[in-house]
Amino acid sequence: MTGSPTASRPGTGGWSLAGINPVWPLLAALVAAIVFMNPGFAEPTGYMNFLKRAAPLAILAAGQVYVITSGGFDLSQGSLITLVVVGSSMLTDNDPAATAWVIPVMLAIGLGVGAVNGAIVCFLRVPSLIATLGTMITLNGLAFLWSGGAPRGYLPDTFRFFGRELIHDVPLVRFVPVSVIVLVVVVGALAWAMHRTNLGRMVHAIGDNPVAARLAGVPVNRVRVTAFMLSGLSAAIAGILLGGFAGVSTDVGTGYELEAITAAVLGGAQLLGGRGSVPAALGGALALTAIFTLLNFLGLPQPVRQVVQGLILIAAVALAMHRRKRTGT
Amino acid sequence: MTDRVIEMRGITKTFPGVRALSDVSFDVRAGEVQALVGENGAGKSTLIKILSGVYRADEGEVRLRGETVHFSHPVESLRAGIAVIYQEFSLLPERSVAQNLFLGREPRGRFGLIDTGRMRAETRKVLDLFAIGGRIDPDRIVGTLDVATQQMVEIAKAVSHEARVIVMDEPTAALNDAECEELFATVDRLRERGAAIIYITHRMREITRLADRVTVLKDGEVAARFDGAPDPDAIVHAMVGRDIDDFYAPPARADEIGEPVLIVTGGGNASLRDIDLTVRAGEIVGLSGIQGAGRVALAMALFGQEPFERGEITLNGARSTFRSPRAAIAAGIGLLPGDRKSEGLVLMQSVRDNGMLTPRAFSSLWSSHRRTAAADIGRIDDLLDRMEIRAASYDQEIRALSGGNQQKAIVARWLSMRPKVLIFIEPTRGIDVNAKAGIYHLMRDLAREGAGIVMISSDLPEVIGAADRILVMQEGRIVAEFGRGASEQDIMHAATADMENAA
Repeated sequence: MTGSPTASRPGTGGWSLAGINPVWPLLAALVAAIVFMNPGFAEPTGYMNFLKRAAPLAILAAGQVYVITSGGFDLSQGSLITLVVVGSSMLTDNDPAATAWVIPVMLAIGLGVGAVNGAIVCFLRVPSLIATLGTMITLNGLAFLWSGGAPRGYLPDTFRFFGRELIHDVPLVRFVPVSVIVLVVVVGALAWAMHRTNLGRMVHAIGDNPVAARLAGVPVNRVRVTAFMLSGLSAAIAGILLGGFAGVSTDVGTGYELEAITAAVLGGAQLLGGRGSVPAALGGALALTAIFTLLNFLGLPQPVRQVVQGLILIAAVALAMHRRKRTGT
Repeated sequence: MTDRVIEMRGITKTFPGVRALSDVSFDVRAGEVQALVGENGAGKSTLIKILSGVYRADEGEVRLRGETVHFSHPVESLRAGIAVIYQEFSLLPERSVAQNLFLGREPRGRFGLIDTGRMRAETRKVLDLFAIGGRIDPDRIVGTLDVATQQMVEIAKAVSHEARVIVMDEPTAALNDAECEELFATVDRLRERGAAIIYITHRMREITRLADRVTVLKDGEVAARFDGAPDPDAIVHAMVGRDIDDFYAPPARADEIGEPVLIVTGGGNASLRDIDLTVRAGEIVGLSGIQGAGRVALAMALFGQEPFERGEITLNGARSTFRSPRAAIAAGIGLLPGDRKSEGLVLMQSVRDNGMLTPRAFSSLWSSHRRTAAADIGRIDDLLDRMEIRAASYDQEIRALSGGNQQKAIVARWLSMRPKVLIFIEPTRGIDVNAKAGIYHLMRDLAREGAGIVMISSDLPEVIGAADRILVMQEGRIVAEFGRGASEQDIMHAATADMENAA
């Protein structure tokens, strides 16, 4: 057989307005609104502080999008953050030198919790929503037990370095928060793994059609467990950053898992799997943080934030469904 | 002419980038079967969707009994007496036959309660119009019926709606031969009752058996019209624009058949018994039998999806029992599933990603998605080219492709793994004539390159035409073996023999 003249072999499918992820124009509009209300935002102090605040959520969303794309949910991220913050304060015990080993331990805990979540879903066949709800409750309890209900109020400065410190005298922008560097490195690595490796393509495949993936030889369990481990790892990193600037409490991570899911969906991740993008989840996290910032400027109370977040989640999914229907895909 | 129930004139429909139909005219009379044939993508489905109000035509008009109609929703066309029976049924699987028939228009009795007695009686009345329908219990839950019977219920539903026009979209796709015969009898009965039937099919045998007139679509235009059932060759010629003397590939020559690559001895599990099977390099082995005879179970056992619990498999001299598809693939077996959409494809991913799926599955998780141990992007593109896949781009989502092109993408996936044994389950189901011939020749090419091919098909002429050797299964066992030249009667007899004795 010879090559078909009708089959073209271009690199990409081409660019069109409809092809742009709506999260980017949304983010641009929100940023414009913030700058309009507060011109100081256009200064490095303004946007760097914004990025610093958004960093934990962005990292969390970049991990969550793995689980969503693989066809699941990870509700344990928030309580894993709490466990990491509380556990770090217990383990460091005010010893600045302890940071060097406590951080690797926390990252390992993140990977370990992810592995447990993945194992429960794969081998005990518990749906991920329930499985991670279970670990969420369990981890909250563990964090409470570990701290005896009264966590020590501080972490050593060496630990808080990642979440709080700024690197000064940087050309062009004057300073860069350490957390923004962490954000760039972690999200960059997760974006690479999602969009440039076999793992990423297989995460998409098992979320799209697990039966077809299995019959094609995909190691479905290994891929699924890896997705949960990356989600857990991202929660541990987010916890380390949050411990740096939010301090220690037993509710530091509360609600973060839902914000991460909202951010991922805002970035066009397909609930129940098959489609998801790490850069777009980053865009979703930034957009969500920008919305919260705007609500702050407007002087709206905290509960409004929850109302808005819930509406955004519904609207984002509804919009995604509408676009799918319209494009017939 | 007043007996023209449906007249479609000058129908033109354009989708972004594609002219699906241009100036198509089409009519159906009461009491006739009008066959609508054409390759996938020829415009048959679009035409039907315009008729039933799913799409609106850009130009042209639809007339129902002489009056111009504009349906904007399928419900409107159904009310006007046009019922479309799609391959995917619209029945509710958890409801009874009667409940499905009267869904949304249940007869009411006193106090506005549903009159179940009357509903059941009227269901009975509709079902009794048909031979096969007479055996259906109105209280049966639809999900517990087999596909053929569900289809009968779907047809009965159309009749109970007093539909004067019934459209059937490849109704035999999921039926075996005996079930097809029953369907044909049902269609005859509908015709006698004066219904106008539009019958979409790929299969020549059905056209010959049923059609009063034939309209052939090609590339969105009417390529030919025939009165009466014409010579199959003439239809095929109109459909594909060329003769197909070489529809089936030539059989294997003796010197092309090599050593056994796959040997099963005493294989068995919950659905299989005493399986002894040898597949040689260079040959195509056809598996025949009625639905539920164990053909798919055998394929899934060979492939490790529902492994053998007894007996052993020898692949290329090495003994093994595969506990998972992954293990089977690693050893050199490939399988093209019977249900492309639910078992074969990752629909939201690109054509290329679908091709690369298996090579990627056998590479390191963390290595580049563009280059894997078995194949890189360039090689997959070459294989996709070799399959002559029609796609705007290999980055296009595979869901947009026709069934035949989707099937070819899965074949490309397996070719990249250079399997020693390749199992095809219903390889030509729902794909057009030209693509079918392509699949037969491809299987032969692969066999010539040294693979052993196992083909499962419910289409008997296909098994006879494409396979070098035919194994017939019944109740989980292999009960007969035929060489080239077996007749349909021989095979059907072997497939059903003991059952007749038992009954």
